[in-house]
Amino acid sequence: MSTTATQDGFILGSLARVGRIAIFLVKVLTQCGAVLARPSLVVNQIYNAGGRSLVIIMLSGLFTGMVLALLGFNLLQRFGSEDALGFAAALALLKELGPVLTALLFAGRAGTALTSEIGLMRATDQLTAMQMMAVDPLRYVVAPRFLGGLISMPLLVAVYDMVGLFGAHLVGVQMMRIDNGSFWSQMQSAVSLRDVTEGIVKSLVFGFVCSLIAVYEGYHSDPTAEGVGLATTRTVVASSVLTLFLDYMLTAAFL
Amino acid sequence: MIVDVRDACYAVGGREIFSGISLQALKGQITAVMGPSGTGKTTLLRLITAQIHAQRGEVRLFGENLATLNRKQLFTLRRRIGMLFQNSALLTDFNVFENVAFPLREHTDLPESLIRNLVLTRLNAVGLRGAASLMPAELSGGMARRVALARAVVMDPELLIYDEPFVGLDPIARGVILRLVQQLNRSLGITSIIVSHDVSELAKITDRAYLMAAGKIVAEGTPAELAASQSPIVRQFISGDPDGPSPFHYPARDLGVQLLADAPAKPCLPVPGARP
Repeated sequence: MSTTATQDGFILGSLARVGRIAIFLVKVLTQCGAVLARPSLVVNQIYNAGGRSLVIIMLSGLFTGMVLALLGFNLLQRFGSEDALGFAAALALLKELGPVLTALLFAGRAGTALTSEIGLMRATDQLTAMQMMAVDPLRYVVAPRFLGGLISMPLLVAVYDMVGLFGAHLVGVQMMRIDNGSFWSQMQSAVSLRDVTEGIVKSLVFGFVCSLIAVYEGYHSDPTAEGVGLATTRTVVASSVLTLFLDYMLTAAFL
Repeated sequence: MIVDVRDACYAVGGREIFSGISLQALKGQITAVMGPSGTGKTTLLRLITAQIHAQRGEVRLFGENLATLNRKQLFTLRRRIGMLFQNSALLTDFNVFENVAFPLREHTDLPESLIRNLVLTRLNAVGLRGAASLMPAELSGGMARRVALARAVVMDPELLIYDEPFVGLDPIARGVILRLVQQLNRSLGITSIIVSHDVSELAKITDRAYLMAAGKIVAEGTPAELAASQSPIVRQFISGDPDGPSPFHYPARDLGVQLLADAPAKPCLPVPGARP
């Protein structure tokens, strides 16, 4: 009985949370028009969320591409088809690894920064002060950060994919001596526009979800040190789990 | 009448923060709300500025019933108010100049040269024109409070609300803030509401004072009337006696009983129905 009650409570609590996030999203979206009229606010946030994540994204992309090439070469060599390495690496990066790993890194690097920044603004009364100055924090603080994250993600994914392919080329062609022409031509012939579209759609969806969770958690964090810490943790956990779940759903939808 | 609170009640989670509060702030006057910590003074300010709404009673600001305003009307009304927060609440991304300029940039289309002049004039009035390029983290508590005051008056508000303006300041900074509050009131005719428990400071500048205790207004009048009051709670507050009608101890069981009792699983159980 008590287990059922706990389950009911969990389900109701989760549904209520989804409802609150949906209402919050509508409020943020209604402010986005006004924010786009002041592009400098969004550009600053693209730099904060995207520009400052570039180094970690590029490093991660490089090593992912290199590992992918090592593993791929080892596997494909058994079937005598190591020339297909470029094609295999490109598909893995464009369709899956690029969007997913970028989103996970984004949640850890930019998502936590967004949550803690907004949470600390709440804790130090800066958001209340804005409201008292008749400035809506949803318009001035939240919407630009949400849009900044949303726009940054596809750009970061593109960088990740490019650096990842460079890493795969470095290992496959420079180290393992696969033919350079085969590497690129196989990739060119096998990767379709649909594969690229899948990556772009995923990056947009993940950018939307990760940015929304980050600003929601920050805006609704308890105004204490512990509250901001917990909100930051919730951002990483929820963003990561949702990214992996949505990745499965989207991959299934694109099959 | 600028602020008119009538019979306001507010409770959170079944716990009553205050009940039956009535308070008026007249145009051009300095009104003080005093009382021991935890009596709901700051909550009352949040009520007056419509950050929260009364569950019973009515709050009117500039003649408008706050409960009937929509978000846009409320924001329009707030442009006529300046508020000084207890922790200053400066925007940490901006330097001093940009903090003071923030309301002007958001609400007006004034040319940059005029904004510069207005901001520097306000900073000069609080003695911090030379600190315009400093960041909030580089300011002392007293300086941050003065910058916040400059920001609060930059839009020429009709009502200025101060939340504990003297807390944590040294006597010099306290004197500076006190003089500024008085100057703003006299030279610009700004109506002011000050929430504080600093009796001696407030008595020098206040036109009318309300004394709150345990969520109710227990006395009101001019500082002289309060000083002459024979009410035990007013006497305790003004003379600073640790115990009296406003108890020193948070409600608890008898000390002897608690010490001699067997150690319970949870040593510090709260007393049911206790309130600070």
